[in-house]
Amino acid sequence: MANAGEAAKAAPWRDPGARAYVQIERVSKSFGDFKAVDDVSLKIYQGEIFCLLGASGCGKTTLLRMLGGFETPTSGRILIDGEDMSGVPPYERPVNMMFQSYALFPHMSVEQNVAFGLKQDGVAKGEIAERVGTMLDLVKLRGFEKRKPHQLSGGQRQRVALARSLVKRPKLLLLDEPLGALDKKLREHTQFELIGLQDKLGVTFLVVTHDQEEAMTLASRIGVMDHGEIVQAGTPAEIYEFPSSRFVADFVGSVNIFEGKLLDDEPEYVRIGSEELGGTIYVSHGISAAPEAVVWAAIRPEKIFMSTAAPHGAGSDNVVRGAVQDIAYLGDLSIYLVKLPTGKVVRVTQPNTSRHAEAITWEQQVYLSWDASSPVVVTR
Amino acid sequence: MRLLAPLRRVGISGRGLVVTLPYLWLLLFFVVPFVIVLKISFSDVDLAIPPYKPLIDWVGKNSLAIRLNFNNYAFLFTDPLYVHAFLNSVKVAFISTVLCLIIGYPVAYGIARSTSTTRNILLLLVVLPFWTSLLLRVYAWIGLLKANGVINNVLMALGVIHEPLEMLYTPFAMYVGIVYSYLPFVILPLYANLEKMDWQLLEAAQDLGCRPWQAFYKITLPLSRNGILAGSMLVFIPAVGEFVIPALLGGPNALMIGRVLWDEFFSNRAWPVASAVAIVLLLLLVPFMMWYQSVQARESAGTR
Repeated sequence: MANAGEAAKAAPWRDPGARAYVQIERVSKSFGDFKAVDDVSLKIYQGEIFCLLGASGCGKTTLLRMLGGFETPTSGRILIDGEDMSGVPPYERPVNMMFQSYALFPHMSVEQNVAFGLKQDGVAKGEIAERVGTMLDLVKLRGFEKRKPHQLSGGQRQRVALARSLVKRPKLLLLDEPLGALDKKLREHTQFELIGLQDKLGVTFLVVTHDQEEAMTLASRIGVMDHGEIVQAGTPAEIYEFPSSRFVADFVGSVNIFEGKLLDDEPEYVRIGSEELGGTIYVSHGISAAPEAVVWAAIRPEKIFMSTAAPHGAGSDNVVRGAVQDIAYLGDLSIYLVKLPTGKVVRVTQPNTSRHAEAITWEQQVYLSWDASSPVVVTR
Repeated sequence: MRLLAPLRRVGISGRGLVVTLPYLWLLLFFVVPFVIVLKISFSDVDLAIPPYKPLIDWVGKNSLAIRLNFNNYAFLFTDPLYVHAFLNSVKVAFISTVLCLIIGYPVAYGIARSTSTTRNILLLLVVLPFWTSLLLRVYAWIGLLKANGVINNVLMALGVIHEPLEMLYTPFAMYVGIVYSYLPFVILPLYANLEKMDWQLLEAAQDLGCRPWQAFYKITLPLSRNGILAGSMLVFIPAVGEFVIPALLGGPNALMIGRVLWDEFFSNRAWPVASAVAIVLLLLLVPFMMWYQSVQARESAGTR
């Protein structure tokens, strides 16, 4: 662990003294009776890549559009670099947006598209040429200056859109599903390019995506949205390993969720009895919940061990038997669906570490077990 | 299939038939009349029925004489009346086109940006006038514009004016008539063009620092160029040869080429000169038609 100052610089959201670059204060947006964004407060710090993650219709794009100035909040306010953005039109905001459709101007060449914003601001000709050139170098589009958007591939268009939105050196760049239109290989490649670019330019990114994998790779922090609210905000690891609700646990990655009741509620441990599981779950940390309350234990598929023999030292906690119902071989790992006697199907993933492993097959009886530190207990 | 089999044996396919029929139609009702008019334009006037001399004639027993008379064309360029009428027609058509664009563009824009239910109603309203005859609609304008017509009566009843405005049989009335009649031909192609427009481009322009009117000028207007050209041609080409509207609303001073054509044919019975006028008018419009065609081709190819 580095010293405290260093840590605060890397994770400014942990430092109570840090000044937020973008402040969203109790912002709501309604369309008629429909509340698209419901009382959202959020602080984003300089140099961050913040991802708003959620299913379509959860309000993430509306929130983004409010930052860009294309929608006006029904209530609440937004500050960027300390300045209240209420009533400031899009063309006067220190913000640029990369649209999901890229919205490249079809009648202009790559060069003209990138230069558009600078020209609009009355930047001198020589400087425009220089900045556009640097930008095109950065997104590796040298030699494509004279092409029209329809003569470019999807990946090239994405890079033109990125160059066009970055060339004005915005304080905040808004990206709406930036990689949504790219195929999987290109996507992975572009994700890392995007991070590299952001690192080089130091621009704060706010990314909207429905793809949790994209959010995990890109983000310094993720805000998971549902029904217009931010249900949890934190680093990718926090979101994944310490989800605060069933929704977050289920939305980010895959998870097995067992409903149960608290049998023992001690400061150092809890024991949950679950009818769904047909057994008990022992968790090696205390939780805060009302006694006898209904709770849910969430266990990630990769944190469950599967074996044909009973695991060593197995007590009555954290172990169940089941029959393999289905197997999906993905190369690097395999997904097993194991049916418990209770009828519940549990998802287990195992890395294929050996080429000639004695494979577990369909219908086979297996033991499932997990560490006492693996389950996450949530109360909602 | 069985029916077509014998046809195919002699080299006629179903596809060929489908293409041939419209071409036959064009040949019969466009090319043949055109050739007849062209023929008449090179002949001499005669007091006969029909009122011109044949182009090809037997002279003596065994010789066929072809007599091409270029005087009709020469006459068009010597008498200032015709040159004046041509120029005036082009001027009227041009001004009408510009007026149609100024009125039609905002209408087309408004329709394209409206919700799909109101859009259908608005489009219906644009097309609705076609359900009555053009002649009736132009006559209706006489009722509106004349000295004791609707407009003058209303204005006088309101006390805005004290004696009727002279509107009918003026260039003003003619422009009103032409712009009114041709407006749908500007609105529809412009709407079809604007409807395809990606409105997010305007947000992108605003995001990059454009005020709304700048975004319109730099993005919407250039992208609707083909729609503007198509609409302009659809007004300009027929308006140059327009006869009915200037004759009914424009009064005696509205010297337009369509009117001259009518007079030559029916008042003077000078068919050869009238045919020459028609041919020159056609030649005048061919470049515009070709331009319109290329715009259309570009539009359907989808490359801008």
